[in-house]
This record gives sequence, C-alpha cells and structure tokens, in this order.
Amino acid sequence: MKNSQPGKIASFLNKEGVAGYIFILPFLIGLFAFTLIPIIISFCLSFTRYDILSSPSFIGLDNFIRMFTQDATFWKSFRVTFFYAIVSVPLKLIMALFVAMLFYRGTRASAIYRAVYYLPSIMGSSVAVAVLWKQLFAVNGVVNSLLGKIGIHSEVGWLSRTDTAIWTLILLSVWQFGSSMLVFLGGLKQIPASLYEAATVDGCGKIRQFFSITLPMLTPVLFFNLIQQTINAFTAFTQSFIVTNGKPLDSTLFYAVYMYRRSFEYSEMGYGAAMAWFMLFVVALLTCLIFKSSDKWVFRNSKEG
Amino acid sequence: MNNTKTSSGPVAKSTTMSYRTRKAIMRVVYHVVVIIIGFWMIYPLLWMVMSSFKESGTIFTTAGSLIPSPFVTENYPTGWKGFAGYSFSNFFKNSFVISGLATLGALLSSPMIAFGFSRLHFKGRGLWFAMMMVTMMLPYQIVMIPQYIIFYRIGWVGTILPLVLPNFFGGAFFVFLIMQFIDGIPRDLDEAAFIDGCSWYGIYVRIILPLIVPALVTCGIFAFMWKWDDFLASLLYLTSPAQYTVAVALKLFSDPSSGSDWGAMFAMATLSVLPIMIIFIFCQKYLVEGISTEGLKG
Repeated sequence: MKNSQPGKIASFLNKEGVAGYIFILPFLIGLFAFTLIPIIISFCLSFTRYDILSSPSFIGLDNFIRMFTQDATFWKSFRVTFFYAIVSVPLKLIMALFVAMLFYRGTRASAIYRAVYYLPSIMGSSVAVAVLWKQLFAVNGVVNSLLGKIGIHSEVGWLSRTDTAIWTLILLSVWQFGSSMLVFLGGLKQIPASLYEAATVDGCGKIRQFFSITLPMLTPVLFFNLIQQTINAFTAFTQSFIVTNGKPLDSTLFYAVYMYRRSFEYSEMGYGAAMAWFMLFVVALLTCLIFKSSDKWVFRNSKEG
Repeated sequence: MNNTKTSSGPVAKSTTMSYRTRKAIMRVVYHVVVIIIGFWMIYPLLWMVMSSFKESGTIFTTAGSLIPSPFVTENYPTGWKGFAGYSFSNFFKNSFVISGLATLGALLSSPMIAFGFSRLHFKGRGLWFAMMMVTMMLPYQIVMIPQYIIFYRIGWVGTILPLVLPNFFGGAFFVFLIMQFIDGIPRDLDEAAFIDGCSWYGIYVRIILPLIVPALVTCGIFAFMWKWDDFLASLLYLTSPAQYTVAVALKLFSDPSSGSDWGAMFAMATLSVLPIMIIFIFCQKYLVEGISTEGLKG
C-alpha cells in the first residue's frame, strides 16, 4: 500500500517546494491576471489609438508627443497634482507627528482622544465626506457662516475661485492625518525610555530631546509614511472628482481625474494608457528619490545593519 | 512616595508645591486644548449628522449652528426613496453583497499565501515576495485601463465580478499583515506537528489558522471598509442603477441635476458612513493594530 498512487501524490504535494507553490498559487494567479498581464497590455496600448469598440491602431509615439507638446491640460493637471502632493503630504505628516507627540504620554483619556482624531481619516475617503466637503465651502456653507459669527463677513465661494479651491482639497487631505498619527504613535513606543533618561541626566531640554532623540529614531517610520502618502497624493481621485470635478478652470484637476476623463469619457484608451505610464514613471522616480535620499536622513540601528 | 508617578525625581523634590500646581495647570491646559482641537476635527462630521435632522430648507440658513430646531426625522424616509425607481434598500443591499464577498475572498486567500511565504522554503520565494511588495506600491491607475478592457471583452462590465473577484487572489496588504503575525508564532509548534506526521496542509489548517484569528479579524475589517468606500472601480463597472453601491448612488444623489433636497442627502450620507462608524466603535483595537503593524516594518 505504501507505494500506491494516492500516497505518491500526497507525498509529492507535501514536498516543501511543491506545497509552497500551492499555498501561494492564488497570489500567482492574481499577479499574472490582474497585474502583470494588464501592465504589459497597458504598455502596448500606450502606442496605439484605441476606443475599445474598434480594434487598436498603432500610432508609435504620437500619444506621448501629443501629451508632452500639445496637451496643455495634461501639464496643468500634472502641475496641480504635484502642488497638491508637495503641500499636503508634509503638512499632513507634521500635523500627524505633532498630535502623536501630544498623545504619546498616555493619560487615561488619550485612547478616546486618539479615536476622535483618527475618525476623519477612516471616513475621509468616503463619498459622503467628499459630498459634505463641497457643502462646507459653499458660498452659504458652514465655513462662511462660522466666519460670519466671529465677525468676518465672507462671501467667498471657496470652491469657485482658482486661488482657493485647491486649498480646500489640501485641507481635506491634511484633515485625514489620523492613520499617519497612529503609525507615529507606534514608532514612538519603540523608542527606548533609557535614551530619554540619559538625556535628562545630561541636562537636555525637551525640545533638544525631540530633535536629537525622537526625530532621528522616528525617521524609518517617517520614511515609510512619506512614500505611502506621496503615492496616495499622486493617485488621488475621489476628492477632486466629487468635490470640485477639476473646477474652476482646471485649477483642481487631478492627474487621475484627467486620465479618467480621457480614457472613459472621451474613450481614448491609448492616450489614457500613455498617461498611466507617465504616472507610474513619476511615482517610481519619486519613490527612488526618497529611497536614495534615505541614506542621508533615515536612522538605521547599527545592530540590524 | 506619591510623586513617583510623575518620575521627574530631582526637580520635583526641590520645588514641590509650586511644581505640583504648575503641573496641574499644565494638565488642564493640555486637556482643554486637545478637546477643542478634537471638537473641530469632528465638527464637519457632526454638522453632517445634525443637518440630516434639520428641515431641508433651513440647512444652509442655519449652517452656523449645530442644533437642529425643529428636530425632524422626515429626511430619512424621504432620502430612502432614492432615485430612478430604486430605493436605498437596493443600494445598501448591493454594497453589503459586494463588500461581504470581497471580504470573504480576502479571508480565504490571504492567510494561505501568507503561510506559504512565511513558513515554507521554496525556489523563487524571494522573487515572488519582492513582486508582491512592489504591487503594494503600484497605483491602481496603471492597471485600471487594461483591466477594464479585459473585463469588457469577457462581458463582465455591468456585473459585480470585477469588483469582487480580484480579492479572491489575495491582497498584498493583507498577506503582509498576516505574515507579521505568523512570524510571531513559535516554530516549535509546527515542528512538533510535523514529527507527528502532520502535513503542511494540516499544519496550516489545524495549527496556524486558529492562532491567527486576530489578524484575520483585522484583515476582514479593512477589506470590508475599503470595498464599502470604494468609488472609482464601482463607478467604472456598475452600469445600471439597479447595481449601484451606496457610494455611487450617493454621488449621483448629490448631483444638482437630480434635484435632490439637502436634508435627504445628508440623511443618506449619514447612513452610508454608519457601517464604518459601527466597525470603528467596536473594532478600534484591530484597526489600530493593523495600521501600526503595517507602518512599522521599517
């Protein structure tokens, strides 16, 4: 019975090399079906004109040439997104770190505080909040109404002016600093208390301690957050799509929204694919830059080195 | 020995009284500041909930006040009627089905994959794992168009399959999170089982799975919440009002063209975040753990 067919199969399936692949099989299927093959298709499509109904026609580099030299809206959306990322990400991280420092010394109430500050970040990506945001900044909305209460009479339609609209979206993003805050809180707990004790004995002030101990020890966490948030900011869609829909005068037109419009409203799938590749290029470049620069500012524990 | 709690030894001893009062004042200031900022943090959400209980016509004339007067509940039945002949019962049902299936998919596949990566040694493991980490960073937009084309070709646009199916093949975030958890389980357990003649599959089902339940809860919560809030993909693949999720329905409901009243809109917006709110209140511990683990991989 030992050498029977099922027994052989069973022992074959139980080999570590085989079993490993069986366990990760779902991932492999998903990787090829939903990521690798689509990426290759996307690459090919970026050299074509394609409206999904007729078959794609090869047009060489035309999409890219048009994108870089003729499409002013493309550059506009790129600049808007870049500005949004470069302002909102640092603000959000500073805010998150500041609040994490406030809650770090766990008082009894801090669990409740933490929950309250975290709440917006869990709701923030929902359509409900985007819809709400639109009404907060309307001419007769909450913001103007509250400003009126403290004596500032404002008739500003925050969302209809090119100089203010983008800031409402930045505020929406910074408001959701909660998850970064939690990550920082986790990082703060990992810093050995002995470091602070030693610093206190040496007569180091609180501010000095923050810059010489807390901040350097947090850099690995900060690094991770920076990458994550930068990618998120670059690919943000819902906020711009619902709150402003790019208006006024494309001053809040996010790259992802413009890409969506081109691909699905104008059915220019080839052009959309080219835009997607440019987005990937920019995100990869930024991630690389952050990685490269990390040698200079991210503190690595020599023991782990 | 009372002041051991505040553990700033030398200072506390020298100026006991004034130090204590100063400390108490600082503490009060701290709480007041934190509460005031916290109030403004959730003010928009409070305003949304409160507005849903105001008479629809008075929402913007009384935008500066939180308290509805008179307090009305009629916005809820009005809003629930929905639009285009479909009520919000339909949209909520769709959202629950899609989020539920997506969660199920994530929970069936992710722990398996995590176990494979975490415990088994096989050729190419490093490569595949690296690829998984890269997909975690990959923007959805890069696969958005080709995925749409593929699903369009096989006739799945207008069904829930494109929204649900990918979850059955594991999510990098979930796999990574569960791996952290499995790495914390001592290997002696599986080795003992291995000696007793247990196969890899037996170890996975009998030993690892029961031990990683907390990680699974965390994953399930995230999978559910993300699908519930998902907008872009739902917008792409759900083509008729009969299929709309709450998120898509709410967006259309709020468009000025559909001529909706604001009271009803805020009422439905409030209901749409209610499931997330409930999860948040009851499962906060798991959420916090999930985010902290993910962020700390360093």
